[in-house]
Amino acid sequence: MQPILKVENLTKVFKSNGRPDFTAVDHIGFELMPGECLGLIGESGSGKSTVANLITRLTDLSAGRVVLDGQDISSLSGRGLRDAYRKMQMVFQTPTESFDPRRRLGDGIGESLRNFGNCRAEVKERVAELLVQCGLTPDFAEHYPHQVSGGQCQRAAIARAIAIEPRLLICDEATSALDVTIQKEVIQLFGRLREQLHLSILFICHDIALVQQFCDRVLVMYKGKIVEEGVPDEVIQAPRNEYTKRLIESIL
Amino acid sequence: MTPTVRKPKIIKNSVRTRLIVFGILAVLLVICSLLSDHLTPYDPYLQDLSNAKAAPSQQHVFGTDRYGRDMLSRVIVGSRTSIFSTLLLVAIITAVGTVIGVFCGWHGKKIDTVLMRISDMFLAFPGLVFALAVAGVLGGGLHNAIFALAAISWPKYARIARSQTLAQKETPYLRAARLSGSGTVKMLAKHVLPNIIGPILVTSMLDIGTMMMELAGLSFLGLGAKPPIAEWGSMMSENRALFTTVPWITLAPGLAIFISVMIFNLLGDTVRDYADPRTRGR
Ligand SMILES: Nc1ncnc2c1ncn2[C@@H]1O[C@H](COP(=O)(O)OP(=O)(O)OP(=O)(O)O)[C@@H](O)[C@H]1O
Ligand SMILES: [Mg+2]
Repeated sequence: MQPILKVENLTKVFKSNGRPDFTAVDHIGFELMPGECLGLIGESGSGKSTVANLITRLTDLSAGRVVLDGQDISSLSGRGLRDAYRKMQMVFQTPTESFDPRRRLGDGIGESLRNFGNCRAEVKERVAELLVQCGLTPDFAEHYPHQVSGGQCQRAAIARAIAIEPRLLICDEATSALDVTIQKEVIQLFGRLREQLHLSILFICHDIALVQQFCDRVLVMYKGKIVEEGVPDEVIQAPRNEYTKRLIESIL
Repeated sequence: MTPTVRKPKIIKNSVRTRLIVFGILAVLLVICSLLSDHLTPYDPYLQDLSNAKAAPSQQHVFGTDRYGRDMLSRVIVGSRTSIFSTLLLVAIITAVGTVIGVFCGWHGKKIDTVLMRISDMFLAFPGLVFALAVAGVLGGGLHNAIFALAAISWPKYARIARSQTLAQKETPYLRAARLSGSGTVKMLAKHVLPNIIGPILVTSMLDIGTMMMELAGLSFLGLGAKPPIAEWGSMMSENRALFTTVPWITLAPGLAIFISVMIFNLLGDTVRDYADPRTRGR
């Protein structure tokens, strides 16, 4: 089977005037199979969000290749890239800021549907459906981002990401602002989508217990490098890498 | 606790009241200038030499000029030229400056550097001197005066629009819009522009008064509207030789400029206060 996402030699160097260059992501590579859920853990500042931004091409690559569903997207732009976004969506780490403060949540959730050719009435109906799916009520479509709580906004962000039924979903701490019961619902929703749509998920997370419960495989990142990879239970119970050991000890 | 709770409310209410009052005044001014043909007590272009240089009286509230034309009527008719050319000028510089600024901020690279250096050059020039030179080279006339002032005044707007666009560019919601498959034009029109237009509009409101003064100034120097077109600046200039003998003759256009500039400046100030959430309160 062909991987839905293949990352090779991914590198990001931030250049800044005066200070030395900073390598936030350092030659990393991995594969993600259809229907698989891959966890990505690591301490704050280890480069997880940067990896997500590189895969979605929201940040320019310094080096490396991103292959989505057999297509190299690392040098696409404009139309080509927009077509790639039909297959790939992301839930941002900062849900409230990921909605335009001057537009209603419904506009944000339906934006991709409209851009990919649905009419207004269809979009409205689908947005209501998505909101219910993510544990909100349809009237949240009329709210502005500052009128809802962080957790509600996060669920709206998830609704937006799954609106066009992508093949790959990148979740950058998508459940961090949710309480345990809602988190469980969202995880169950992801589970259903994985079965129904054969959705693959790159699950960036701080919560090792959640990764252990939800992910098929886990990557451990440290200072821009992947230091360990494996099945969550094994990585957590018998970490081989010195850093992983410390990370897990500090959390458990 | 009560005073700290109530204070913002008072500020908010007074800002809103001011906004309504000055807004109505400004709208009245614009309506007056629109209907000016119907509001004049006399024909503003009708000469009556037997009644020239008449002092203010019941018939002629602001007197008559050296051709015996009723000053009040001329000021009312002149409001159309003065106010509309000012609004046109401000609209032009706002639109041009915003387009250039957004383009520079969004696109970046070399073209941004070049355009910004050019705008620096304009910003470093004393505005009215440059406008004088341009109007002088192009010759007088209202259109040339507007062009000259527009040429020197757009960079301020380009600066604001550029910095605002730069701040918007990296926001998560723009990334989200990109990820939702919105193209550049859509992102600019739906997300960037609505988020940056506030401060730009405030600046243009504040500029209306200044631009009115500068246009009147150019006209006064003979580089703007030409007689016999009634325009406040040129009316003052036309009659300035008579100032020592019949001092009331420049009173009407002077007062008109003073009052309109003040109304638009106060409106601009109020809009700025209203747009700033810290002074408006929540
Ligand atoms: N635009 C940028 N310019 C310079 N350095 C950056 C930039 N963006 C991120 N970095 C740096 O790259 C490193 C990785 O940042 P990143 O946001 O990927 O961390 P993270 O693993 O997502 O952390 P967290 O768990 O806190 O979200 C950080 O040290 C950060 O300072
Ligand atoms: Mg992050």
